Amino acid sequence: MKSFAALYRELDATTSSLAKQAALQRYLRAATPDDAAWAVYFLAGGKPRQLVPVKLLRLLAQAEAGLPEWLFDESYEAVGDLAETIALLLPPPTAQHDLGLASWVEQHLLPLRKTPPEQLADTLRAQWRQLAPDERLVYFKLITGAFRVGVSKLQVTQALAAVGAIDAKRVAQRLMGYTHIGGQPTPQDYAGLIAPENDGEQNQKTSGQPYPFFLAHPFNEPVARFDALLGAPADWVVEWKWDGIRAQLVKRAGQVWLWSRGEELVTDRFPELATMGEALPDGTVLDGEIVVWRDAKVQPFAELQRRIGRKTLGPKLLREIPVVLLAYDLLEWQGNDLRALPQEERRTLMDALVTEVQHPQLIASPMLTGQSWDDLSRQREAARTMGVEGMMLKQRRAAYGVGRTKDVGTWWKWKIDPLSIDAVLIYAQRGHGRRASLYSDYTFAVWDGPPEQPDRKLVPFAKAYSGLTDAEMGRVDAVIRKTTIESFGPVRSVKPTLVFELGFEGIAKSTRHKSGIAVRFPRMLRWREDKTVEEADTLGTLGALLPG
Amino acid sequence: MHVPATPVSFESRPGDVVVARPEGLYCPAGDFYIDPWKPVDRAVITHAHSDHARVGHSHYLAHTDSEGTLRTRLGADIPLQTLPYGEAVEHHGVRVSLHPAGHVLGSAQVRLEHGGRVWVASGDYKTEPDGTCTPFEPVPCDTFITESTFGLPIYRWPTQAQLSAEINDWWRRNADEGRASVLLCYAFGKAQRILHGADASIGPIVVHGAVEPLNAVYRAAGVALPPTLRVSDPEVNPQMLKRALVLAPPSAQGTPWMRRFGANHSDAFASGWMQLRGTRRRRGVDRGFVMSDHADWPGLQKAIAGTGAERVFVTHGSVAVLVRWLTENGLEAQGFKTEYGDEDVADKAEAEAPPAASPV
Repeated sequence: MKSFAALYRELDATTSSLAKQAALQRYLRAATPDDAAWAVYFLAGGKPRQLVPVKLLRLLAQAEAGLPEWLFDESYEAVGDLAETIALLLPPPTAQHDLGLASWVEQHLLPLRKTPPEQLADTLRAQWRQLAPDERLVYFKLITGAFRVGVSKLQVTQALAAVGAIDAKRVAQRLMGYTHIGGQPTPQDYAGLIAPENDGEQNQKTSGQPYPFFLAHPFNEPVARFDALLGAPADWVVEWKWDGIRAQLVKRAGQVWLWSRGEELVTDRFPELATMGEALPDGTVLDGEIVVWRDAKVQPFAELQRRIGRKTLGPKLLREIPVVLLAYDLLEWQGNDLRALPQEERRTLMDALVTEVQHPQLIASPMLTGQSWDDLSRQREAARTMGVEGMMLKQRRAAYGVGRTKDVGTWWKWKIDPLSIDAVLIYAQRGHGRRASLYSDYTFAVWDGPPEQPDRKLVPFAKAYSGLTDAEMGRVDAVIRKTTIESFGPVRSVKPTLVFELGFEGIAKSTRHKSGIAVRFPRMLRWREDKTVEEADTLGTLGALLPG
Repeated sequence: MHVPATPVSFESRPGDVVVARPEGLYCPAGDFYIDPWKPVDRAVITHAHSDHARVGHSHYLAHTDSEGTLRTRLGADIPLQTLPYGEAVEHHGVRVSLHPAGHVLGSAQVRLEHGGRVWVASGDYKTEPDGTCTPFEPVPCDTFITESTFGLPIYRWPTQAQLSAEINDWWRRNADEGRASVLLCYAFGKAQRILHGADASIGPIVVHGAVEPLNAVYRAAGVALPPTLRVSDPEVNPQMLKRALVLAPPSAQGTPWMRRFGANHSDAFASGWMQLRGTRRRRGVDRGFVMSDHADWPGLQKAIAGTGAERVFVTHGSVAVLVRWLTENGLEAQGFKTEYGDEDVADKAEAEAPPAASPV
């Protein structure tokens, strides 16, 4: 428990992924297999079923700390995390222990579920009285199920791969199901995660291995030059560019794997797609985009974000935020790797498959046709109202390449111009790395009312870091230093004097933002030195950009 | 924050020795202010942090040990009268004396005696002795004015010895790995506490240009500090910096001044706010050391009880919480509205020296 608490502290103390990776590997190499088994379980997102009713835990902690309820609540609000609050409020430990993580979980934590309520208080007190403060933090986080320490499943996967000297994608597959709720990982389970690869696993027909994703390049030429640069539209497969999560759906040997572009296994994040995958024949790999789909229409990325990051997907969430796979490529069919086939042939096979499977969660991304590039350019103007980012242009004769290559054919992304708005800089923070000495990270605001409203205020709505030249940034930095109102640590609030045209890809309503609006990929398009702060846009103009 | 059970009272009563005015805390009988935030004729200054000691007053009264810092910060020629701890002066029938507050060098509680009543305005204070200033002394009084910067029970400080051990361990590990240990801390008070507890056998100690003048003030007052270097000193070289403990004000974070310590240097921040994981993470440093020159929750309770006061005024910090807590514990508690900052705001003037322009 002590070394796991130390690992937690170390992971928590750094923002560097390299340092986190080093700490994870150091821990895994030193830990006993039974401790490592549980550490991986918790770090990769596993949690036990509720061990103690939260309300009871609060009451016991409050009594032990000798505080009235209101003061416990005040403390909780200041800290923002129940486990941390309790760890900070309890009196110092009065006993000691030398049990490891696995022993604590198996001998102390899991049995709490079966402990009669009248005994729980004594049992809990006896437990936390032997734990040091940083062990208590971990202990209460395990009990409250809020064990998050800024380590992704992918990072745990990479650490295991390094420790076992095996491929990270293999580890990702082995980790499938490892973290299921109520799981009880054994030393053997852990050994299985890092064991050398065996022949059975390497068999393409049974492994869940995806193919490396083929990535597109930006295309920003004027339409007049398209014929010269690309040839006739007839040589290209044209599709909408969806704003979702790029994914490969793998169906082999009766099993389904869903991989995101970051080679993260996301099958359990999208159970309805896993179910759909079961309807596909073995030996099938589809490439496409996961999007939220409602009323026969793609929904803003913000909705998808509500599903990512959720540890548990309740039936309500699945009902409210349904996803589909918009498929646009077939990489494997009947167990054969199709990637060397021309784009259009793969597409024909895929369309036939989608038609045959007839599953509501599988939709073929429609192909667009146009008489000319001008014609397609006109169609592209509908992108905004459709909620897509623009068009994809894929050479009909192109094979499916590896990564961002052009050697076997090219995919272009032909995006629409970003939405834009004039906003006022109100907070600035110093950048990192090369920009370490400069105020380069800004928070922007718009007015909450029209100019004629006398008491209107600036409401922050977006942060942006990119888009200025070094010279511009130097000048903005100088203005920020001169107009600082207040500093809070690395952040300065400034007198509103600077107006920028901000560009962004998408806009959606948000309950998490003060402005009520979330924008996607905001960046500075230009510094509007010609505009005064009063001329900046309002929440009204921003709201008018909301789709539908 | 929750709404307190009853709203905090900010009302004064006739005959109160201290009342709140727009300029600051005011003693009507003596016609002077305590730590006023606007220019006034007569000001009693509890300590030299910039939110308590401001420019523009026509007369200053402060503790003898505050003279150096006050003159450095507010001007060499400010009209300043000094007093040692425990010695009293009479002013318009009010007996004024200063008593140790344990906050920083020269920090004082102000005891006011008038018409048979004793009031103590404690400014900022800390109850645990730290070896760099005269320890806090409880001063019996009828009415006590207390700060509440860390007025929640989640704030409990490690002992000075534990803290020094933690800092030394961090420094030693970095030195063994060949990387500089950059510790961000306020230049007046915390820097000297860290120095006082630093194990100079681990490696050299380098301080930012904002810190060294205050070291000089402490050394002149007889506080033992290990030898310190500035980066401009001839014996400082990149090799020795790899084993060095570096003390710098928070504003130095991310400035070019830091580059000399190498990309691999470890950074840390010393503040009471580092007690919370959220603040530690927002600060974006490798380590957060829980170090404050304000009283923690047990310290506040001990100090208030130690005065025997029946009436307590709570200033800057968690006013509503502390007022309600004291009221529930049988005291008459109310609030004073002040413009004092908390730790993260205090010393801003010096912490905010333009980094690009100060290569020292």
